[in-house]
Amino acid sequence: MAVLELDRLSRQFELTPGFVERVIQRKKPSYIKAVERLSISIGENEILGIAGESGCGKSTTCTMVSGLLDPTEGDIRFRGNSILGLKGAAIKDYRRAVQMIFQDPYESLNPRFRIVDIVAEGPRALELWGADEIKRRSLAMLDAVGLPSGKYAERFPHELSGGERQRVGIASALVMEPEVIIADEPLSMLDVSIRAGILDLLREMQAERGFSSLYVSHDLSILGNVADRLLVMYLGQAMEIGPAEEVIRNPKHPYTKALIGAVPIPDPRSRREVPNIRGEISKPIDPPPGCRFAPRCPYANASCNETFIEMKTGDSSLHQAACHRLDEIANAGL
Amino acid sequence: MSSSGASHKLHGLRLALGEHYRIINSNKLSQFGFWVIVVFTVIALLAPWLAPYDPWEMTYDSEGNFASLRPPSWEFPMGTTHLGYDLFSQLILATRTTLLIGVVSGFISIVIGANVGLIAGYYGGKVDEVLMRITDILYGMPFLPFIIVLIALFGRKLEFIILAIVLIIWRTSARVIRAQAMSIKQRQFIQMAKARGASDFRIIYFHILPNVMPLLLLYAAFNIAWSIITEASASFLGFGDGETISWGGMLYELWLSGKTRVAWWWFASPSVCIILLVVSLVFVSRAYEEVANPRLRKR
Amino acid sequence: MSNPQDPLLSVRNLGVVYNTSQGPVHAVSNVSFDVRENEVFGIAGESGCGKSTLIKALLRLLAENGTATADRCTYRGRALMDMDEEDFRREILWQEISMVPQSAMASFNPVHRVGDQVIESIQAHRDDSRAQAMERAAELFDVVGLEPGLLKSYPHEFSGGMRQRAMIAMALSLDPGLIIMDEPTTGLDVLVQERILRRIREIRSELKSSIILITHDIAVIAEMSDRIAIMYGGEIMEQASAIDLFENPHHPYTLGLKNAFPSITTLGTELISIPGSPPTLVGPVQSCPFAPRCPFDDAICHSANPEAKEIAEGHIVRCAHSADAARFRELAKEKSTWLS
Repeated sequence: MAVLELDRLSRQFELTPGFVERVIQRKKPSYIKAVERLSISIGENEILGIAGESGCGKSTTCTMVSGLLDPTEGDIRFRGNSILGLKGAAIKDYRRAVQMIFQDPYESLNPRFRIVDIVAEGPRALELWGADEIKRRSLAMLDAVGLPSGKYAERFPHELSGGERQRVGIASALVMEPEVIIADEPLSMLDVSIRAGILDLLREMQAERGFSSLYVSHDLSILGNVADRLLVMYLGQAMEIGPAEEVIRNPKHPYTKALIGAVPIPDPRSRREVPNIRGEISKPIDPPPGCRFAPRCPYANASCNETFIEMKTGDSSLHQAACHRLDEIANAGL
Repeated sequence: MSSSGASHKLHGLRLALGEHYRIINSNKLSQFGFWVIVVFTVIALLAPWLAPYDPWEMTYDSEGNFASLRPPSWEFPMGTTHLGYDLFSQLILATRTTLLIGVVSGFISIVIGANVGLIAGYYGGKVDEVLMRITDILYGMPFLPFIIVLIALFGRKLEFIILAIVLIIWRTSARVIRAQAMSIKQRQFIQMAKARGASDFRIIYFHILPNVMPLLLLYAAFNIAWSIITEASASFLGFGDGETISWGGMLYELWLSGKTRVAWWWFASPSVCIILLVVSLVFVSRAYEEVANPRLRKR
Repeated sequence: MSNPQDPLLSVRNLGVVYNTSQGPVHAVSNVSFDVRENEVFGIAGESGCGKSTLIKALLRLLAENGTATADRCTYRGRALMDMDEEDFRREILWQEISMVPQSAMASFNPVHRVGDQVIESIQAHRDDSRAQAMERAAELFDVVGLEPGLLKSYPHEFSGGMRQRAMIAMALSLDPGLIIMDEPTTGLDVLVQERILRRIREIRSELKSSIILITHDIAVIAEMSDRIAIMYGGEIMEQASAIDLFENPHHPYTLGLKNAFPSITTLGTELISIPGSPPTLVGPVQSCPFAPRCPFDDAICHSANPEAKEIAEGHIVRCAHSADAARFRELAKEKSTWLS
């Protein structure tokens, strides 16, 4: 059974016009559709990668899944039960079960807290265990992520390197004994030479403790390396989903093709094929109902602007793309 | 476990004190300011024992003459008033009143200002709107007419003077702390605290407050300085507490006596005290400002 | 004055020391390299490796507590460091050597139109009329693939990628011989990055300017550069032609970086990180800066900083054990090598 299910999840933000525009020009508010009808499911122990450029809705999705933002439409189900409108002990339990790891290890740790207090903060805030137990578990967690507690517990964040701080971030999530980890670009602020170590730590912890992950990144090379399945988003819509390697080696959607074609390769002899994509990325303000990529897509026709294909959930081995013209594109050998 | 916890707290306290020590010793002026404040505090605490005379006692010199309007001498280090009151004793007792008013109103105003600022900054939206409009109204309130009306209504009492000062002074600290709270709220570690399940109360007082602490201390010092100046102005205009004596009140007495042009010493000592204390507070607060605002920090 | 065979920029033994409260910090030491006419010279390295300081030293933009020294630092035969500050600003900076800074966001003044800012930078160095400068600005916008109409926009109306391209246009405005690009695509989305990299390639082939490209992104530097220098701890560890560096790497740090960097074409290859963290560079350098993290270190590495050796034409390595490179390359593929 799926641990987490997003069912036609949507979120829009209202853009209120200025006072003058509102009163004199009678302007109606417009809406940014940050996420639109997103349906995905995440299985037990699975790592689902979400790829996309800025503004694709990946962070909004994470914030909704973590319970910090309510969707405007759709549902989020955790082990079959909706998390929307949860109250009291139930929301507390969900808050514990779903933990986030943040992007910026320099920004995400409170500079006035000691390392051990940063790790202990979650359990303390939710009063998960007694004070002594929280302290014991926090110290043990620090040891587990490769920061010997004797050396690190009493330090302040500014005394640690970027990699060490990210380990603190991971410890403070894992000490809650989560069932789902949402990792929002956990490597992008770290130096190349230590990234692999953090990835290894996440993998190791997953094997040891067993949790599902939502791994968000703009870096397809890393996603291809870490994720079991890969979801590609563009301006709030799901473009393609499937087994990670399959999506990267064999992209179907014109957008995925462009995205993968644009990733530089660390080999001076490589010559990539880069599909020519028109225009600039825009904001999804009051967009037409169809595919958001259509205005930039070299293969778009009239029907692309009218309807949008939604992904099917359930079969996790399925490789699907939200495109009307898949067959034609494939036949044209593009 | 509990004993180690206690020693841990002590260790933390020592660290915190060490930090303040470092801040104050970071430059000559703040060191000077710090010691001036310490001296005034000691004087204020020991005032009744330090003053050689009762402040409202008509004094006579060693030869038995009525000591009226005497310039500073060994006998009367700060001179006397036209009624023969010893200015040195008045000054010492006035230190107590002035510091009391300064510290109490400074403290209350920073508590109000910090809470209003933190709550407005953290919650934003309607809460922010309401709280900030209230501070705007206070900004529009001219201080002297306000205090005159208040004193006229309730009488020349110390409590009401403090109340009046507090009501006016918290506005600036509220605004500044709100701005700071808003920027800290955006930072990722607050998002992280939320994601880990911390309540709003916990986030405001446990996560944001320690980060606005340097600014808070800076404004606490400012507020004390402003309270002292405000009290002096009010007293000078005759709206001080008639029962107690303060530096501003001494100047008011001078004005009433009509001896302003004659008794320079009567004018000099309270003015110097006011300037010295206020300037010292500003020096110390500037040292804190460097912590609160790293852009001012020297590399 | 200068011979066409001479390098455009020639740097020998450049060092930068910052005086800090913790003592002198040797942010850059013993850096020697040449940039030839019409080539892209890539400088790769992680945060704190000294690449940004190196650039600041070349442009004489170091903070007050920093001092730069060099045996040689010449641009077209002119000694940059000995020039009068004023002359340097007027004759070299922007005119001959221009720069695309890391955050184009912060480099535009938000209250002025982008076009006016480009024009201002042109007029500051040339006696062009406003109309001439405007024409030049429109031409430059065309070169970087922006609509000339956008000159009338304000910086906030631009996307990150557009701002970066506008910044490149500005750097090109006086036909400089050398453009220094400091992380020109960091923080941009891949499709935007792709477009900017393509423009940089076009500019290079059309305008014949040389480019120093600084980035931590090994893939970008591999695709863009003719020659590459790998920096670590303030020093150049290895420099060679791009192909040589990737196919015949000699320095253990280069090997480590290659292991750590993921490639979309080789999914499933295990990534290996380099244990430890970079040196703080406080105090004089007395050993190989990479020795504490190096899996192949021995007593020699810790007792003296190795000299740079030219092991093949144009391939310079700073490693005491460069003769063992073939063996290191084999061992470096094993994760266990790096764990110990």
